[in-house]
Amino acid sequence: MEFIRIEDLWFRYDESEEAPAKDERYVLENLSMTIGKGEFIAVVGHNGSGKSTVAKHLNAMLIPSMGKVYIDGMDTADESLTFDIRRRVGLVLQNPDNQLVAGIVEEDVAFGPENLGIEPAEIRERVDFALKAVDMYDYRLKAPHKLSGGQKQRVAIAGIIAMKPDCIVLDEPTAMLDPKGRAEVLDTIRKLNRENGITVVMITHYMEEAVMADRVFVIDDGKLLTSGTPDEVFSQVELLKRHRLDVPQATELCYKLRACGVNIDRLPLTEDECCALLKEVLA
Amino acid sequence: MSLLSARDLVYTYSQGSPLEHIAVNKVDFDIEQGEFIGVIGHTGSGKSTLVQMLNGLLKPTAGTITLDGVNIWAKPKEIRKIRFRVGLVFQYPEYQLFEETVAKDIAYGPTNMGLDQEEIEDRVVNAAKFVGLKSELLSKSPFDLSGGEKRRAAIAGVIAMDPDILILDEPCAGLDPVGRDILLAQIYNYHKERGNTVILVSHSMEDVATVCDRVMVMNHARLEMFDTAQSVFSRGEELSGMGLRVPQITSIIDSLIEAGIPLEKGVLTVDKAVLGITEYLKKEGRL
Amino acid sequence: MRDVTLGQYFPCDSVLHRLDPRLKIVSLITFIVLTFCTFNFCSLGVVAALVIAVVALSNVPLKMYLKSLKVIIIIVVITSILNLFYGQGEPIFEWWIFKVTLAGIYNAIFVCARIICLILFSSALTFTTTPNDLTDALERLMKPLTVFHIKVHEIAMMMTIALRFVPTLLEETDKIMAAQKARGADMESGNLITRVKALIPVLVPLFVSSFRRAYELAVAMECRCYQGGKGRTRMKQLKLHKRDYICMAVSLLVIAGVILCNIFLPQIH
Repeated sequence: MEFIRIEDLWFRYDESEEAPAKDERYVLENLSMTIGKGEFIAVVGHNGSGKSTVAKHLNAMLIPSMGKVYIDGMDTADESLTFDIRRRVGLVLQNPDNQLVAGIVEEDVAFGPENLGIEPAEIRERVDFALKAVDMYDYRLKAPHKLSGGQKQRVAIAGIIAMKPDCIVLDEPTAMLDPKGRAEVLDTIRKLNRENGITVVMITHYMEEAVMADRVFVIDDGKLLTSGTPDEVFSQVELLKRHRLDVPQATELCYKLRACGVNIDRLPLTEDECCALLKEVLA
Repeated sequence: MSLLSARDLVYTYSQGSPLEHIAVNKVDFDIEQGEFIGVIGHTGSGKSTLVQMLNGLLKPTAGTITLDGVNIWAKPKEIRKIRFRVGLVFQYPEYQLFEETVAKDIAYGPTNMGLDQEEIEDRVVNAAKFVGLKSELLSKSPFDLSGGEKRRAAIAGVIAMDPDILILDEPCAGLDPVGRDILLAQIYNYHKERGNTVILVSHSMEDVATVCDRVMVMNHARLEMFDTAQSVFSRGEELSGMGLRVPQITSIIDSLIEAGIPLEKGVLTVDKAVLGITEYLKKEGRL
Repeated sequence: MRDVTLGQYFPCDSVLHRLDPRLKIVSLITFIVLTFCTFNFCSLGVVAALVIAVVALSNVPLKMYLKSLKVIIIIVVITSILNLFYGQGEPIFEWWIFKVTLAGIYNAIFVCARIICLILFSSALTFTTTPNDLTDALERLMKPLTVFHIKVHEIAMMMTIALRFVPTLLEETDKIMAAQKARGADMESGNLITRVKALIPVLVPLFVSSFRRAYELAVAMECRCYQGGKGRTRMKQLKLHKRDYICMAVSLLVIAGVILCNIFLPQIH
């Protein structure tokens, strides 16, 4: 079932200036995509490609200059729906330090539900549930600044979960984390998608992260470059490299081997796939 | 005589309080002139504390650091001179920019050194060149630059002091793949051209494997390994015991070797791996 | 900077830690007023006994209290010295323009004791109450002020955010200072003007980053459906327990004691 629908989205800042014709000043150009309920989507692109701007359109933080964004049929341009849209689509930002509001973990997680005007007893239940879902329940009484980056980011995710959204959008959630923190956050996101059926849209420039998605959208210069399953997208090694994107070393190795004439028909995405494939080819 | 040596280096935070915490414990090493050293270790392993001791920002609780055979704390009042010789670029250094123009900001270090104006201008231009900052950006406000440009300007600010040893703590954090490749290449070129010693602290095993001659592995405040990149990364199991991994390419080749395919161990780059595999196939007459 | 204990929370368990924060704030205000209403040694003695009891009940090491006194020791010394020489009446001791009178000595003792009591009471409050509980309690106590169009919720939210970011900004200050020192900044030597100048490379980045943080936080709050205080509920509800009523009773007794001492015993002045 369709949940997010983006139709011919154009966007630029500074709407007050007199409108020039469609020119290069648009951050996003003619973008269309649909995302189904329960899907795990990765949006990739290099820094400045406009991928974060896409994220902010999904919860009505930004409104299209032209075109439409629908969240479960609700038009994000309709201000009377903004509150409802933000409740249903939670946005997690890059810097874990700058999105925690309260000085105690559980109070921070309660911030969203409190804004929604939910009964105290139910907030308590939701907070406990959300903290357990991101595996941070034991830290509920700690101060955020005592936590590691990965832990802070998981608290931020819990703060969104407690609002019971249908969809979580994460804008480069691991960019500022160390490898351990990254792994923690990714595990959490994957678990929420699989076990709780939450639709996930993850903006990232790490290709290893995009590999775990159901579908990948590649954005460059505000335009949709290509999209499809990770297999389909990452087999286009040349295209990605030309647009300042990386492929996992496993994929690159097999791609280069194929260029040397080694008989490889399907490019692997992960280390395990690559090992299995090469063992077969080389044995 | 080594350029930089540490003997029995210890650093303890909040000594004597209940929060006492040993961040660096009995570390010994020698670094030679012109080496490119990588430092790896998980968060909290003591890497950052170690590098802050090397340029005299933190005073060791015990042990000594010698630069060119002289204890850096021999004259505590002149510790600033050590900081000019051992340049340290912190993580996310763009947050230290403060001047009106990029040029003035890069000039901050050299000015503190008391150099004359001409020399300073020279150094600013050269440092900007090394990190690939276009000269028209020098007159701009550092706050108008893009994220990547800010990072470069901040690194130029340390390079402009012309330190004998340049230490970079996670210089590529948060950059996109191409951005990090370019920056890493620029740092490597700087090292090659100047012949200066560079110490790179990084979480990215791929980066360390690509550029470093020797690699230090920190774990629980101790220096567990200090060897060539090839031999460090051929000890994959020990590394994963410390919460570290080897580059993906190394681990792929390792498991192929384990499966009985005769390849060379300790491959660090994709190109080397491609070479190794194609050579093997050619020898077998299959290519 | 990390050594300042004034205003810090000390995590441990005690009766005082468990008291309702609203009650603690009201009591603190009452006790401070009371401290300045001691007109003889006897009432001062009652207040002093109360301070000692509070400090003891808080379960916080005495060292912490002494540390918070250390900050204001200069103020205490200066005001007591000034008071020492400003007494009326027969001088006990005279030198040049300085005259020490019995009233002056009493003044000095009282001022000194009052400031110390004030600091100890306030420290006891902050040591035993988390900043978050404090703001929470303040918001609830000030609720009636909304009648006068005072934005109580917004003020409380500002305090919460400020408290949340103090440690973050302190950490950041340390980091920026270290980074500038690595570029040869000299913050320890020179006269006042050069020292203030040396702070610019620290303050500018700190400001810039604070604004960036504020902007990002505002975005994050909006994303979480924040719309100000209207229609907002709270997870934590405050309820008075038995211990709170006991505390109230004891406080009333102390107040009565001080008043009685003041009335029935001669005043110092």
